[in-house]
Amino acid sequence: MLGFLKRPVVVTADINLNVVALTAMGLLSRLWQMGPRAVVFDEVYYGQYISFYMKRIFFLDGSGPPFGHMLLALGGYLGGFDGNFLWNRIGAEYSSNVPVWSLRLLPALTGALSVPMAYQILLELGFSHCAAMGAALLMLIENALITQSRLMLLESVLIFFNLLAVLSYLKFSNSQKQRPFSLSWWFWLMLTGVACSCAVGVKYVGVFTYLLVLAVASVHAWHLIGDRTLSHVGAAVERGARPSRVGRDRSPISRQIRVLCHLLARAAALLVVPALMYLLFFYVHLILVYRSGPHDQIMSSAFQASLEGGLARITQGQPLEVAYGSQVTLKNVFGKPVPCWLHSHQSTYPMIYENGRGSSHQQQVTCYPFKDVNNWWIVKDPGRHQLVVGSPPRPVRHGDVVQLVHGMTTRFLNTHDVAAPLSPHSQEVSCYVDYNISMPSQNLWRLDIVNRESDADVWKTILSEVRLVHVNTSAVLKLSGAHLPDWGFRQLEVVGEKLSRGYHESMVWNVEEHRYGKSQEQKERELELHSPAQMDFSRNLSFMARFLELQWRMLTVKSDGSEHKYSSSPLDWVTLDTSIAYWLHPRTSAQIHLLGNVVIWASASLATVVYALLFFWYLLRRRRGLRDLPEDSWLRWVLAGALCAGGWAVNYLPFFVMEKTLFLYHYLPALTFQILLLPVVLQHVSDHLCRSPPLRSLFSALVVAWYSCACHVFITLRPLTYGDKSLSPSELKALRWKDSWDILIRKY
Amino acid sequence: MPPAVGEGPARFELRPRRGRCGHQVTRAVGPDVAAEAAARSPKRPARGSRRFEAAGRWALLALVTLLSFATRFHRLDEPPHICWDETHFGKMGSYYINRTFFFDVHPPLGKMLIGLAGYLSGYDGTFLFQKPGDKYEHHNYMGMRGFCAFLGSLLVPFAYLIVLELSKSLPAALLTAALLTFDTGCLTLSQYILLDPILMFFIMAAMLSMVKYNSCADRPFSAPWWFWLSLTGINLAGALGVKFVGLFIILQVGWNTISDLWHLFGDLSLSVVTVGKHLTARILCLIVLPLTLYTATYAVHFMVLNKSGPGDGFFSSAFQARLSGNNLHNASIPEHLAYGSVITVKNLRMAIGYLHSHRHLYPEGIGARQQQVTTYLHKDYNNLWIIKKHNTNADPLDPSFPAEFVRHGDIIRLEHKETSRNLHSHYHEAPLTRKHYQVTGYGINGTGDSNDFWRIEVVNRKFGNRIKVLRSRIRLIHLVTGCVLGSSGKVLPKWGWEQLEVTCTPYLKETLNSIWNVEDHINPKLPNISLDVLQPTFPEILLESHMVMIRGNNGLKPKDNEFTSKPWHWPINYQGLRFSGINDTDFRVYLLGNPVVWWLNLSSIVLYLLLGSIFAVAVQRGARLPAEVEGLSQVLLQGGGQLLLGWMLHYFPFFLMGRILYFHHYFPAMLFSSMLTGILWDTLLRLCAWSLASSSLARGVYVVGLLSLLLGTAYSFCLFHPLAYGMVGPLAQDPRSPMAGLRWLESWDF
Repeated sequence: MLGFLKRPVVVTADINLNVVALTAMGLLSRLWQMGPRAVVFDEVYYGQYISFYMKRIFFLDGSGPPFGHMLLALGGYLGGFDGNFLWNRIGAEYSSNVPVWSLRLLPALTGALSVPMAYQILLELGFSHCAAMGAALLMLIENALITQSRLMLLESVLIFFNLLAVLSYLKFSNSQKQRPFSLSWWFWLMLTGVACSCAVGVKYVGVFTYLLVLAVASVHAWHLIGDRTLSHVGAAVERGARPSRVGRDRSPISRQIRVLCHLLARAAALLVVPALMYLLFFYVHLILVYRSGPHDQIMSSAFQASLEGGLARITQGQPLEVAYGSQVTLKNVFGKPVPCWLHSHQSTYPMIYENGRGSSHQQQVTCYPFKDVNNWWIVKDPGRHQLVVGSPPRPVRHGDVVQLVHGMTTRFLNTHDVAAPLSPHSQEVSCYVDYNISMPSQNLWRLDIVNRESDADVWKTILSEVRLVHVNTSAVLKLSGAHLPDWGFRQLEVVGEKLSRGYHESMVWNVEEHRYGKSQEQKERELELHSPAQMDFSRNLSFMARFLELQWRMLTVKSDGSEHKYSSSPLDWVTLDTSIAYWLHPRTSAQIHLLGNVVIWASASLATVVYALLFFWYLLRRRRGLRDLPEDSWLRWVLAGALCAGGWAVNYLPFFVMEKTLFLYHYLPALTFQILLLPVVLQHVSDHLCRSPPLRSLFSALVVAWYSCACHVFITLRPLTYGDKSLSPSELKALRWKDSWDILIRKY
Repeated sequence: MPPAVGEGPARFELRPRRGRCGHQVTRAVGPDVAAEAAARSPKRPARGSRRFEAAGRWALLALVTLLSFATRFHRLDEPPHICWDETHFGKMGSYYINRTFFFDVHPPLGKMLIGLAGYLSGYDGTFLFQKPGDKYEHHNYMGMRGFCAFLGSLLVPFAYLIVLELSKSLPAALLTAALLTFDTGCLTLSQYILLDPILMFFIMAAMLSMVKYNSCADRPFSAPWWFWLSLTGINLAGALGVKFVGLFIILQVGWNTISDLWHLFGDLSLSVVTVGKHLTARILCLIVLPLTLYTATYAVHFMVLNKSGPGDGFFSSAFQARLSGNNLHNASIPEHLAYGSVITVKNLRMAIGYLHSHRHLYPEGIGARQQQVTTYLHKDYNNLWIIKKHNTNADPLDPSFPAEFVRHGDIIRLEHKETSRNLHSHYHEAPLTRKHYQVTGYGINGTGDSNDFWRIEVVNRKFGNRIKVLRSRIRLIHLVTGCVLGSSGKVLPKWGWEQLEVTCTPYLKETLNSIWNVEDHINPKLPNISLDVLQPTFPEILLESHMVMIRGNNGLKPKDNEFTSKPWHWPINYQGLRFSGINDTDFRVYLLGNPVVWWLNLSSIVLYLLLGSIFAVAVQRGARLPAEVEGLSQVLLQGGGQLLLGWMLHYFPFFLMGRILYFHHYFPAMLFSSMLTGILWDTLLRLCAWSLASSSLARGVYVVGLLSLLLGTAYSFCLFHPLAYGMVGPLAQDPRSPMAGLRWLESWDF
């Protein structure tokens, strides 16, 4: 108990000066002068979301989960940014209220810390200090990485979390051999999971690194299952000496349990923790942005009602249950191409369409993307005449047959066997005009609540998603998505879909605004329709429902996949056949370009090829029983390859099948892994392939020469990386090493 | 059926299982082989009973085959009208008989076989196959349907043999055969003129020959070994030649071959030379042979189709010169472009088409309200343009002027011949590609403004050179904005008649989208030359047709606001496909899997994954299993593993496909899943039986389990057979309908 009294308390600090020096150099290279005071390239894109966070306004961004945006916004918060800046043009000067330095600080810090992390990763992989230094120094002078981390962009953050995930997994698996279930073992295991989820939270592409780590972890776990000697804590040393005895000591049951514990710990840390973290990001996000804003329209009515202002203000206090006599607006749930409400107006369908087909010449029914008094409909009981809600109100239930009366014109929603104007395979939907017409009215609709819990469910405002099925023809009311021509005022076409092939959101509607109708007379009713709906009542969506909807919309929102001036294809990246002009000084020719260090890119790709060739060569020879490498160095070689070459492959190859606009910076995570592989290959060549000492020193000399070459390239391209120096046109021309690099040269 | 079931369990106790070799002998070919087998296993019964057993096996196989043929050919002639995609594939068969060139997104072998079947059965290719529902009347369609049904019927015996080979268990094979015979989906899909029965035939044949060849592995380079190996290759070529999804079975065979070679390579008793021989044999039979055959089908395809037809416009000008009846065939046209020439301009990117305009304006809100300019794949008068000088409107065809050639770098005006409007561009955004400029037709009778001026440039040529028809690759650069005329390849909405968008791109990146060539060229003032020089070589044609097919496939995109079939719908049998008829008066055929079979398959996959991982972990932990269980686990992990791989390869890639998908795409995967079900349930029941100590009880459990599965499947077929054989009368909602109460999911619409 009092042991500490007998011995002095000793603190030994173990400081690796290499790491300190590397961190310092990293910080210097990333923080130096911190870029121009103007909007640079994609800052224009991320900036608007930062402003949304500052103003607490809800937004929807399909490009990635919210964690990355939140990190950037944290910088703005710490710098006291109020969100008042118009992010509309690259190159626009920042006004004085924008704390540029603190906004750009976080990406720069993560970029700087990636340098010592590269060092640590190589050490943990079991390579020499020299190789580890090499990896870090290469990261240090890679121009593209520097450019990307000095601005308000997310790639450097992503790279940081990728590397952190790999590093902590390696630390974990190294401590597995010595002290499983110790404090540091748990720490690194948990950190792996956390870093993975952060990487995914910054950008979806982080999922590839996560999958890689999962794959390596499951291979290790599989070995663990097969490890029949696995026994108590700290047995590693013992095991080396007396494996059989230790194995026999333990009863088989407790061994199985131990394996199970190992597996459960991994599953918890690598599957459960990331999932929870991911949810947490969204939770915080939804707490932060609670006000309605410009992106509301994409979301469902229920979601919009949960935001402050906007729809919530209108729908606040509406009656929940739709009753006979209710006045409602019906919003299409699918809402593509634009969100819209069921609408009708005085105009009729033209007698004959442009292509010669005829119509019923009845009143048009459309879907209209703006709020309008003509969007109001009254739910009527076919058996009664009145259009007011009785007391007590009689709620409408699933399966009930109703009529829908257009509020302003008092005509009935109707469909019949006439081809729709633009979708001839579907039925026309009209408001029935009851004079001078030969067709009978067919205006009965059966209510089908799609998300009902029981068959006796009541039609609820906002929450119920309903289909309106025509009783006579079993056609379903549907938004076809086509724009009507001029006679229909370019509103959207609504049709009755006869061949309803399963569930589709374009056939589903929900009540958005709702009130109980009180006026018997048409004139009074019109007045009532014009007055805003009001009552008090509030309803909230659960977090999970909001999360699921937001996530789903984020994944399905369509970005215009058009080409961009600087977009490129994955094939251009490896050879650096493309560049991106990030910024040009408004007067001088100082400019920032995303350009890689050519020497590093070329040699990193070469190293990957060499690694692959050597790997297969060794693999084939091992299969024939020829072991060129000692077992431990072979295992090290394989693990390094799996993480570094594998990391490159999983972060690069998926881009070939992605259908979105791609830029050079998408390659940077892959490049980072390739850079880690480079010293691995170099050390391997020097250790195992250069047999004689003179050859080895010659090789070292070559490596030094090659590195100074890379340094030279770094310094030459430095003005384009930092954008702090104006170059003359001839100097710029000299830097244009490839015709495809779009270096901007001013014409005077 | 029942007698076969009875003999099943009796054998399983006697016969050792496992081993990739040797069991081809069990359905013995000759008495000496059987003897050898008998000698190897001393427990075996005597030769006489063996022979009896072999005969029984043959009888069983014959029974399975017979049943399969009977179900597939029953009411094959109904309905006597076009069903669903018969309208495409029947039409394409007719094209082969008429030898007219057409374009389709699938490789040619399947349609060639359909055409051949039609030809041999006396169909003359005169039926138009216009739309589903058209009556065949006197036309002979039974030959083509019969051919497809024949191949479709063979699937069942193939599956039976594969499972028998993998599991060595007769009951498992029988169960598989029953599942497939009684599946209404497979049955429906086999009864019509479609590519699917042909595709599935080749897939299963490839799988069967691969499995057979695996069991010959102990006698490499023997005659059967070579036979099965090369047969695998042939079937692979067939599968790929019918549809590109044949690629998946190629991947499966490739995986099997690689792991096989890896084993051989690690076997240190084999010399490197022997391994090299193995490798060469596989390269020959599985790469060279299929490629040759595949190419050969294309050679036949191009040889047979030598007349101009509906598919011409999809291909480049040089290609069209091959087709008789095409205006480029044996044509002679002026070689150099001159002012006043009437031309058609074709985009060099494959399957984009000709520069086109028509008397319709861009709708309001989409750029300027001027005449549309698009690209169009078909030949049409609206594709004709006249080259004029930018500064005069004089008629250059006036015979008093000498012909003046257009040269590289000239400023020209392109006037649309039909509407006399000039090709025009301006700073308005293009309809779909918002970052490009809009291209329109502008001006009246050739009088426009300076936005009608284009500089014509030949790629990689010097200024001042003349421009050659067909061979010069030209770019048109808009003088005012400096942008390049190109086609984005995107389909315009209905207002643009679903033709492709033409834009003027300000990014001068060189892509084929912005390079054009002149195809037709009419100028009476110039001498004509022959175009025979243009004949493309066979590899060029092959490459080009593949590019066109791939583009065509990618072009089949689903539209918004439409219900489309999603891959996750398929295994749960969520929704079928209407083959024929909608209303209660029609003869209705509905492609839907037998729900009992499909849901059994689905649960089997889950069970398999569970059981498989239990076994795998047990083996990895080094647990010692009893010999009987050990054998079962081997069958489950190896045989079942191959089938699971097949299922995954034929199913999961669809999740990545952007093109429009249909329910019937799942059927190859469904075959694998049914085979897996056969093996799984056989193993499960054996395990149950093994865990019950008493032998009579064990036997009882086994027999009862198997019988109930077989009878259950057969009974469900009795219930659901009208889906395939046709329903008339009220729809299923109606209690009077024969299908009343069978609409178990609301999404089934029959």
